[in-house]
Amino acid sequence: MRNDLARDREFLLPASTVFIVMSFFVAVVLEWLPWRGWMLALRPDFVGLVLLYWCTHKPHRVGIGIAWVLGIFVDVSDASLFGQHALAYSVLAFGGLVLNRRVQMFNLREQSVHVFALLLASYSVYAVVHWQVRGFVAWEYFFGVVTSALMWIPLTHLLQALRRPRRDPNEL
Amino acid sequence: MEDTRTLRFFNRGPSAVARLVFFSVLSLALLFVDARYKYLESTRQIIAVIIYPLQRLTALPGEVWNGAGSYITLQGHLVADNEKLHLQHDADAALLNQMQTLQAENAQLRELLDVTQRADYTMQMAQIAYVERDIFKRKLFIDKGEQAKVQAGQAVVDNGGVVGQVTRVYPLLSEVTLVTDKDIAVPIQVVRNGIRAVVFGSGNISELELRYQPVNADIEVGDMLVTSGMDGTYPPALPVAQVTKVERDPAYPFAHIVCAPLAGVDRHRTLLIVSSVPPLPERPVAETEVDDAKRVKKLVKRSKP
Repeated sequence: MRNDLARDREFLLPASTVFIVMSFFVAVVLEWLPWRGWMLALRPDFVGLVLLYWCTHKPHRVGIGIAWVLGIFVDVSDASLFGQHALAYSVLAFGGLVLNRRVQMFNLREQSVHVFALLLASYSVYAVVHWQVRGFVAWEYFFGVVTSALMWIPLTHLLQALRRPRRDPNEL
Repeated sequence: MEDTRTLRFFNRGPSAVARLVFFSVLSLALLFVDARYKYLESTRQIIAVIIYPLQRLTALPGEVWNGAGSYITLQGHLVADNEKLHLQHDADAALLNQMQTLQAENAQLRELLDVTQRADYTMQMAQIAYVERDIFKRKLFIDKGEQAKVQAGQAVVDNGGVVGQVTRVYPLLSEVTLVTDKDIAVPIQVVRNGIRAVVFGSGNISELELRYQPVNADIEVGDMLVTSGMDGTYPPALPVAQVTKVERDPAYPFAHIVCAPLAGVDRHRTLLIVSSVPPLPERPVAETEVDDAKRVKKLVKRSKP
């Protein structure tokens, strides 16, 4: 059970607002990189992942409202319809909030399965809106769910590592 | 400690479900407005302007990489490229010249086609082979001769009007005497009032003379002269010339009327030979060839009204 305790402590690591904002900013910038062709289809949804991370790890700080605002920004930068990403991210954040206790009980590999399901729901919302408005769905879009779920493990490691307090060099 | 609290929805404002519903409805409303009415373009533009610098920033590494690649291009590459471009340029210039000629030719051919469609009689297209180099004769040679059943006496026209007349036929060439030649006379009619007259070449490339008109003849500068079709050589109503100068000097019995040819007698490469002018009935005196029944019929028809 020591392992579980350690994991709990991981979840309880502090996070400053600046750090949260910076993480979202980096995620958005990553999405803006010039992805093309197949790379674009395989592009992980960085914003969605970071959002999910904060929704599961800091549910009091990051919620549906922030997800929605973030979605609006992504909508503008992606030139998608207003509200398309916002809706998808709202659903994603809701999933993260509801499952946040449950997700904490699993290890990272098991978590990524949950993440896969949540992202699938969010991607589906996006695709359904697209289908309703534009009349077609590009199926390769859903490859992004797989790559995003695979990105969950490294992303969590990275963010946890950044949140962990630096060891004081003068410590004995 | 904030982080140890459980997620108590009701202590923290509306529940997660309520928020989800609220934001979903908001999203859907935005979607609807955006997709249907395009009201949000200005908002989108404002946000886009805000995030544009950041987006440029993300594209910067790639641009720098590409820019550095082209900056460090070797001199040798540049020289080779330059040479290649020069060659390409020469080839292109030649092609371009050719194309310009072709375009002009095409334009003229189109106009000729239009002329053929306007006229009822069939026409034969011919290219100018040579131009007579004798400055006293206004003649040229076209590349259709006996082999194309060209006959002396046929009229030659272009898109502007009458160019001249076939005066001699060779096996593969025909000689065309232009309307500006001194020996050529074309029977014409003034479009404005129907006056019949004959226009003569003057020997000058851009002049025709309308001779033997009385001083008080109703001919003005700008009058259009078209073939009258009375000679049986030229089909009727083809433009020939336009009056450019009228001198009425009572000291002379006739007015001095100068016209400019309307056809490009000295311009184009392609001309039309009017191949079958409807044969006119013979004159009554020359009865020897009237055995053609058709001609007799026509004669009868014409004399009736």
